Amino acid sequence: MFHIIHKRKLWYIISAAIIIPGLISLFIQGLNLGIDFTGGNITEVKFKKDVTTAQVREVVKEQGLTDKYIQKSTGGVFLIRTEVLTEEENEKMLKALDEELGGMTLLRNNKVGPTIGAELTRQALLALAVASVLMVLYITWRFEFKQGIAAIAAILHDVLVTVGLLSIMQVEINSAFVAAILTIIGYSINDTIVIFDRIRENLALKKGMKIADVINISLWQTMARSINTTGTVLFVLAALYFFGGTTINNFVLALIIGVTSGAYSSIFTASPLWYDMLDKKRRQKAVKPTA
Amino acid sequence: MRWGSTIKLAGLLVLVAVIAVLAVKPVFPEGKVPWLPLTRDIDLGLDLQGGVHVVLEAKDTEDIKVDDQKMDQLLATIERRVNGFGVSEPVVQREGERRIVVELAGIDDPEAAVDSIVKTAYLEFIAPDGKVILTGADLENAVESIRQDTNQAIVNLEFTPEGTKKFAEATKKYLHQNIAIVLDGQLLQNPYVKDPILDGKAFIDGYASFEEAHEIGVLLRSGALPVKVEVMEKRTVGPTLGKDSLDRSIKAGIIGLALILAFMVTYYRVPGLVANIALLIYSIIVLGLFVVFDVVLTLPGIAGFILSLGIAVDANIIIFERIKEELKNGKSLRSAIDAGFKRAFVAVLDSNVTTLIAAVVLYYFGASMVRGFALTLSIGILSSMFTAITLTRWMLKLTADTRIIKNTKFYGA
Repeated sequence: MFHIIHKRKLWYIISAAIIIPGLISLFIQGLNLGIDFTGGNITEVKFKKDVTTAQVREVVKEQGLTDKYIQKSTGGVFLIRTEVLTEEENEKMLKALDEELGGMTLLRNNKVGPTIGAELTRQALLALAVASVLMVLYITWRFEFKQGIAAIAAILHDVLVTVGLLSIMQVEINSAFVAAILTIIGYSINDTIVIFDRIRENLALKKGMKIADVINISLWQTMARSINTTGTVLFVLAALYFFGGTTINNFVLALIIGVTSGAYSSIFTASPLWYDMLDKKRRQKAVKPTA
Repeated sequence: MRWGSTIKLAGLLVLVAVIAVLAVKPVFPEGKVPWLPLTRDIDLGLDLQGGVHVVLEAKDTEDIKVDDQKMDQLLATIERRVNGFGVSEPVVQREGERRIVVELAGIDDPEAAVDSIVKTAYLEFIAPDGKVILTGADLENAVESIRQDTNQAIVNLEFTPEGTKKFAEATKKYLHQNIAIVLDGQLLQNPYVKDPILDGKAFIDGYASFEEAHEIGVLLRSGALPVKVEVMEKRTVGPTLGKDSLDRSIKAGIIGLALILAFMVTYYRVPGLVANIALLIYSIIVLGLFVVFDVVLTLPGIAGFILSLGIAVDANIIIFERIKEELKNGKSLRSAIDAGFKRAFVAVLDSNVTTLIAAVVLYYFGASMVRGFALTLSIGILSSMFTAITLTRWMLKLTADTRIIKNTKFYGA
């Protein structure tokens, strides 16, 4: 079995190879923000007759409205996204679609004002900041401050991987995305803590060993658990992704990316980073029983 | 084999099976046992049963500024309108300084309902010289009906005593002229005054259907909105999509659960089987807590619950991996189980507390729709810790005590 701490440069390179393209994509094309963030109307309808995207666009245009996009999915279901509409405009559009294209069923009709989106972003950032501070405090109390920082760095890693990949794929993001990011954080930190717990235990047991080796042993001892837990979580996420319906697909996709990244970072990012943060003395000396 | 432990274990298995079936399947006839099946008492969110969620914001105009008193009036007016629609358990709530949240579940035409809620419904009777004679405030009542002679839908108006007086004077003054009836600046009709009207009664006609007259009746009865209102946010889910989402999530949940159960038995053998039973008990406990806490189950909420199944087995996995190690170190089955639980406990506790921090923060700072998710996730984390630390431990010891399976290989050694 390879030595995880000695090979840490490789793990950093792998992370960078995923995160940097994501960051570039974020700078160039940003995230594909849904109406929850930008404001706007989104309408999901199911037509009774066979209708083309061009026909739907034509009807929307006739009402003096321009669509941001019109998306056709299976079974005559269309998604129509526009700027924020007034109630009258919305009603007119629905009526026209119903009458001119041979009847339809309204599945979903959402409107979000522009100020709501700004509030949501503020709330999300606040939640992220508060959660991070509280978790560092808890880890400092139960473990040590530098491990808290390493755990938060691993979390940041997962958030960047997730956000970057979603930017590259241009997946539309809505308010549930905030919940997804926070779940990823919770999951990733959970994974990291289980490993730190093992390191804490081994530091007391394996006296006379170098700290790099103690970390390595701890990582391998918890490897089966790391893989199995990620596996079971991915099982249910895959089930949700394939069978759970289109409404939550993007939410589940974010979770799948984040959970995978979280499993990786708790093994290959958090502990190596913690090792790099330790001063030279502690790294070279054999482990002494901690006070 | 030890009979005492075996009987206890068998009894437990039967009990779990019976409770599990009772929780989700309607075994007894409707209404015989009021709290069964358990799943019947869990309220579904708007995204699962169809309905509309609207956030309204009161706006200042040049003449009318929004204040607390106006907001109270607005809330009362909207409540009267919503009640007029005959929706079961509508939500009308003030949120912050000038917002009102309205939630209507299970209505056929949510768009029309929203439309009626935000209509100002300011009724005026205007004289030929442009003077306002009466407003909606002078109305005592407005009732829709069908005229016997013409079979037309009309709205009968009845004025307050003061309104009756004003109307009587006006119809005398403007005899043989026209008085306009205007709603929200739109001329409804312009009737000719043949005789002075002294009894304070009038009607508006020209409606295409009884439903249309009914809608106007509700608006006039509830009174005009005291301030201008705008729709800030609206989420409408049609009943078909709601049903579809619910069916799909249940299917996804069953498939996900089946995958976990299969994996645990294959990989961890006897402890895996015990963990699976614990997972079933966990599901029942969580569903029960949903009922106790009146959790409204939304689509993200279900996703949170299904995800928590994956996380719930984690505590078991940590413990079983530990037991495996202890067995490999040459400990006996009993002491390996004890040592495994003892050592794994700290890891389970610390890791779950940190996850719980994220969930609680999400609940406090999140918007209403992610709250459901945070709540189900929190309930899931706490219940999973409980079942893993107490139930799995007890059942595993009981299983070991039966001595049916003595070979430690089946425990992962």
